[in-house]
Amino acid sequence: MKKEILKLRGVKVHFPVQAGVFNRVVGHVLAVDGVDLDIFRGEVLGLAGESGCGKTTLGKAILRLVEPTDGEVKYISLDDNETELTSLEKKDMDPFRKKLQIVFQDPHSSLNPSFTIFGSLQDPLKKFGIKSKEERRKIIGDLLEAVNMRREYMDRYPHEFSGGQRQRIGIVRALCLEPELIVCDEAVSALDVSIQAQVLKLLMQLKKEKNLTYLFITHDLSVTEYLCDRIAVMYLGRIVELCDSEDLYNNTLHPYSEALISAIPVADLDKQTKRIVLEGDVPSPVNPPKGCPFHPRCPKATDICKTEVPTLKKYSTNGNEHYASCHLIDLPEIS
Amino acid sequence: MAKSSLDKKFDQIRKREEEKTFSTKKRSRIVNKFLNNRLAVLGLIIFTIIILASIFAPLLSPYDPMRVDLRSMRQPPSFDHWFGTDSTGRDVFTRVLFGGRVSIFIGLGSAILSAVVGIAVGCYAGYKGGWIDVIALRISEIFMSFPQIILVLLLVSITGQSLFNLMAIFILTGWGGMYRLARARMLSLREEEYVQALRSFGLSTFTICYKHMLPNALSPIMVNITLSTAMFILTEAGLSFLGLGVPLNIPTWGNILNVAQDILILQNYWWMWGPVGIVISVFVLCVNFIGDGLRDSTDPSQQG
Repeated sequence: MKKEILKLRGVKVHFPVQAGVFNRVVGHVLAVDGVDLDIFRGEVLGLAGESGCGKTTLGKAILRLVEPTDGEVKYISLDDNETELTSLEKKDMDPFRKKLQIVFQDPHSSLNPSFTIFGSLQDPLKKFGIKSKEERRKIIGDLLEAVNMRREYMDRYPHEFSGGQRQRIGIVRALCLEPELIVCDEAVSALDVSIQAQVLKLLMQLKKEKNLTYLFITHDLSVTEYLCDRIAVMYLGRIVELCDSEDLYNNTLHPYSEALISAIPVADLDKQTKRIVLEGDVPSPVNPPKGCPFHPRCPKATDICKTEVPTLKKYSTNGNEHYASCHLIDLPEIS
Repeated sequence: MAKSSLDKKFDQIRKREEEKTFSTKKRSRIVNKFLNNRLAVLGLIIFTIIILASIFAPLLSPYDPMRVDLRSMRQPPSFDHWFGTDSTGRDVFTRVLFGGRVSIFIGLGSAILSAVVGIAVGCYAGYKGGWIDVIALRISEIFMSFPQIILVLLLVSITGQSLFNLMAIFILTGWGGMYRLARARMLSLREEEYVQALRSFGLSTFTICYKHMLPNALSPIMVNITLSTAMFILTEAGLSFLGLGVPLNIPTWGNILNVAQDILILQNYWWMWGPVGIVISVFVLCVNFIGDGLRDSTDPSQQG
């Protein structure tokens, strides 16, 4: 039986846009605009979408690195206790900070250049009650070995490592408090392809060993296909499609996902794929288009798309739950 | 095929690595890099000599800097009086040594104290942002837009000349620059991902900004401390020259220079103002060299 670890309900992150002499708020960037999402224990949930669609902001909002403007983020512990995270005081957040961690995108800015690896990793351990230095060294050393690095590396400075090594150190940092959910914020996008594969493999291996759950944020659908159990596709701050990863590739429902999938390069010269080329840019999240946010770029858009906002509805493909928000799906909706 | 010399070297390295006999770095990288900068080392040596000479002034000179000796007035430099004597027969060399105590104390002291104030406020405000930042910014602007010399005049006319008044004014007008520097660095550093990572652990603001971020913001601040040391020493000299700084009976480099106001002395008795002028210039130059060296050696982005 699948159990949730996080439930997001109507999560919104709006950034004020200020202008003029007195910094009057003239509008809001709707970075994340009402996301409902369940993340189950032990799964890898991919969060895909193009740049600026709010996927990173959503990931950070879960950890409260960015304060959500509205909505609920509920954490469900192993013994079914629900806690609403967004309304907690900073101090009460601590026990949950231990459970939720993040791996960042840029391996060059994710480590503090002035400290050795041990130096920058020991403070969180100290904070969460590991008082003796030997013990802290042991924990970090063990984790370094778990990511195939040498124990002695903890006394080196970040500039002595390559990008792939730094990223693995980033993973060590995320792992050091034994979290349950790790948000991988484009964790491999900045690495070259051979290193990507290495790091992804490592992530999967660690997941098995430590019973982790990943929220895998990426713009690279070929990576998600390989890793994820389920995939959520985001567009302009909203989730437009959410389903098992196989279904996303074989039974795509939303035209936006179709376009994304058609853009994955295929290493087969004989196979002619039909590219769906989207016109224009992502509309400004400051004033998103009326109706379906995707309609100005959608090749299939009709009149109803311009006026009515579609909601995320539940369908069934291959007997699996499949959510999509589009007016033009002719499958029966499941309530 | 014979092994190339490179191969041999590599084998040696590997052997040493396996035996774990690699000498662990005892000297920190920062010290190493600093020592590689010749100008900075030269600056540091002269800086140290001048400071030590000022501290141990009574051992180096048999004279009392305050004692008037009318029998040996305005004597040119000789073996008895290395820099000659001034209009009241005081030994200029002794006065330069003792004057260094006060001048360096004022210069370094106000530079460090204003840096401490500026960093403390700047780091916190820059990291936190919001209304704290706005208020701190406005206060610093008020202090920085106020002409220093008017403040000195005001305070001197209210409380009289004193060393601590001078320092208080230097700190009051000097912290703004440091604050802005620290704040600007923090503004760019707080977006770095390692800071976000620390926040995701829920570490306290204090730990994050003063322990983890400050070392990365320090290199421009270090340079600024040395530069403002030099500036404060010059300002002290200037104010004392005008008779607004330290009381005239206390020897400082500025007070010694004060005699050059008299055109007679300026033309005929070069030793009363020449040597002290050179000492001031050399000291300020050394401090600037050290600042340059510090900037290069503490900049973490240059350690690759």
